[in-house]
Amino acid sequence: MYKIVGKRLLAPQIYLMDVEAPRVAKSANPGQFLIVKMDEKGERIPLTICDYDEEKGTVTIVFQTLGTSTKQMANYEVGDYFADFVGPLGQPSEMVHENLEDLKNKNVIFIAGGVGTAPVYPQVKWLHQRGINADVIIGAKSKEYVILEEEMKAAAGNLYVATDDGSYGFKGMVTNLLEKLVKEEGKKYDLVVAIGPMIMMKFVAKLTKELGIHTIVSMNPIMVDGTGMCGACRVTVGGETKFACVDGPEFDGHLIDFDEAMRRQAMYKTEEAKKQYREQEKHEGHEGGCGCCGK
Amino acid sequence: MDRMKRTPIAEQDPKVRATNFKEVCLGYTEEEAKQEAARCLNCKKPLCVTECPVTISIPKFIEQVKEGNFEEAAKIISKSSALPAVCGRVCPQEVQCEGKCILGIKGEPIAIGKLERFVADWSREHNVDLSEAAEKKGKKVAVIGSGPAGLTCAGDLARMGYDITIFEALHEPGGVLVYGIPEFRLPKDSVVKHEIENVKKLGVKIETNVIIGRTITIDQLLEEEGFDAIFIGSGAGLPKFMGIPGENSNGVFSANEFLTRNNLMKAFKEEYATPIRVGEKVAVVGGGNVAMDAARTALRLGAEVHVVYRRSEEELPARVEEVHHAKEEGVIFDMLTNPTEILADEKGWVKGMKCVKMELGEPDASGRRRPVEVKDSEFVMELDTVIMSLGTSPNPLISTTTKGLSVDKRKCIIAQEETGETTKEKVYAGGDAVTGAATVILAMGAGKKAAKAIDEFLSK
Repeated sequence: MYKIVGKRLLAPQIYLMDVEAPRVAKSANPGQFLIVKMDEKGERIPLTICDYDEEKGTVTIVFQTLGTSTKQMANYEVGDYFADFVGPLGQPSEMVHENLEDLKNKNVIFIAGGVGTAPVYPQVKWLHQRGINADVIIGAKSKEYVILEEEMKAAAGNLYVATDDGSYGFKGMVTNLLEKLVKEEGKKYDLVVAIGPMIMMKFVAKLTKELGIHTIVSMNPIMVDGTGMCGACRVTVGGETKFACVDGPEFDGHLIDFDEAMRRQAMYKTEEAKKQYREQEKHEGHEGGCGCCGK
Repeated sequence: MDRMKRTPIAEQDPKVRATNFKEVCLGYTEEEAKQEAARCLNCKKPLCVTECPVTISIPKFIEQVKEGNFEEAAKIISKSSALPAVCGRVCPQEVQCEGKCILGIKGEPIAIGKLERFVADWSREHNVDLSEAAEKKGKKVAVIGSGPAGLTCAGDLARMGYDITIFEALHEPGGVLVYGIPEFRLPKDSVVKHEIENVKKLGVKIETNVIIGRTITIDQLLEEEGFDAIFIGSGAGLPKFMGIPGENSNGVFSANEFLTRNNLMKAFKEEYATPIRVGEKVAVVGGGNVAMDAARTALRLGAEVHVVYRRSEEELPARVEEVHHAKEEGVIFDMLTNPTEILADEKGWVKGMKCVKMELGEPDASGRRRPVEVKDSEFVMELDTVIMSLGTSPNPLISTTTKGLSVDKRKCIIAQEETGETTKEKVYAGGDAVTGAATVILAMGAGKKAAKAIDEFLSK
């Protein structure tokens, strides 16, 4: 059992939790993920590692309530336990293995979309601790959905915020902002790291291909075990099938078949919807969903 | 009583069981077990024992069953095997113990597997305690993986007095016994959990959610956590795909994914959160036991199921009993058929599978006749789900993160057959991690040999 020792609401429906998992905290690296299972009947949910503290033996996760499981997870409080918490999984980010001097000569910009800001943070922090201050774009629906801004400010070089509705920072998409930075402000980047919804990563990759900037994306397909034994998470990279859980989750964004990946991500949509419907029925006091009581 | 004929055993009716996940075979009653045991000739040189990978004293335990001393029988088995309720159910006895039974020459061999299962089930139902306290040796051994190889190795070493910790990557111990083999062949809560509890009663600790190579490495276990020796029984869990066009379409699964969702995550039960998707018409590609398990699972989830195999029925690698059960339940066998492409609709969902007909040509290196494509025989099967069951290979996670541990070109760990010694000092390996996908009992045999070798090494 893995104890929740910290919980914070970062934005509407976006929660941060610190969880006691000493073995994971000791081995974690930026770019890796873990799998959480809430209780005996729960499903295995992959989440990117957002921070880790070897001394305290804690690992930080950030999640958005989307389906039944994440909603249930949001109800957990400090002092509650997750049944299972396993990791770190996947390959660490490329930069972890790179020569530090080479890294220092690179201009890196991170593009974080929504809850994807959380997995960007450990990477920016990792670089900052080694004397490299990368630029960061945070993209969100509106001002209230911008998360981890203070933490990011402390670790990043230039921090830019883009909101869809213009309620904070630049008005528009992260891609519009990147284009503006490169084309109008003459910024030069050698590497773009984009983490967020697949649709965002797809359009960032499309833009950076035109701009000729090497781009890394972190894929978030459906997963079951996360250790390479099932292939649920397979993605096509440069025409080859890869398992995101062992070969990734980070890949060259210009080689990914995003349309296939988005299609596969939606594979259980109807099943999930059915499950949510059933849950709702239960809460309203219906057990079988007979449909005849007219409630 | 006809000595040449086996005592029949009760099974669930095929029509009924095709709609549920309860165990197919219901097992012997006490009277039936005694009757079947009475057929045993109690050979002086029992060939059945030589064919058992963990050398259970078969005639001795059967003699006790005949006399009605079921507890004594359980004790005899427990000296050689930690998982009798499992083995009695899933071993391919026809090519092992029962294959060499003298009675099998003129009649039907003794139902050794069913008797073993009876004894194990009886001792579970009657709470027979089979653990014996061993004198502590003060040495620590880590076992990687809690499948049949790891559980056997751990059980044997614990009996010898070693301090054992098993590290398991999944949230539940048991390996293929929990994620692979379905409930209707091997009940999880009663049988598998109980046998694992028995191993724990010997003092074995099991740490789940630890992935060796990620959470911690073999080298760290030796250097930082003070283990004196390590046994790797991590299995062969990496699924193969065909590499044909359309294989990443929605609705194409590896048998591992399909079975894991259903068995480990219990997706077939409403109250469990993991979803599973099975369409109206399913093709399972492959002919091994895993293919049969996947096909029979899909059938129970309500689909029309076809097993598609490129050779003929004679070459099916699955156990005869499994094929027979699958047919009884209504699985359709499309033999000499090879898929060449998965077809998808405009939204990317499987809608069919392009196949060609095959015929058998000359024998290949394995001695089996090689399937050759029949010219102009292409046709399309309309389907909405495809399950690929083409075999598995070892996961390279451990071998790539351990200094000095050599693997062969199939990524199998190189280990001595008799001892399990690897190329790295203090590290032993066995089971599918060494041989590639094989059987439960062979993995147990390897775990047993390694336990003996580890004891010898640590006693020096």
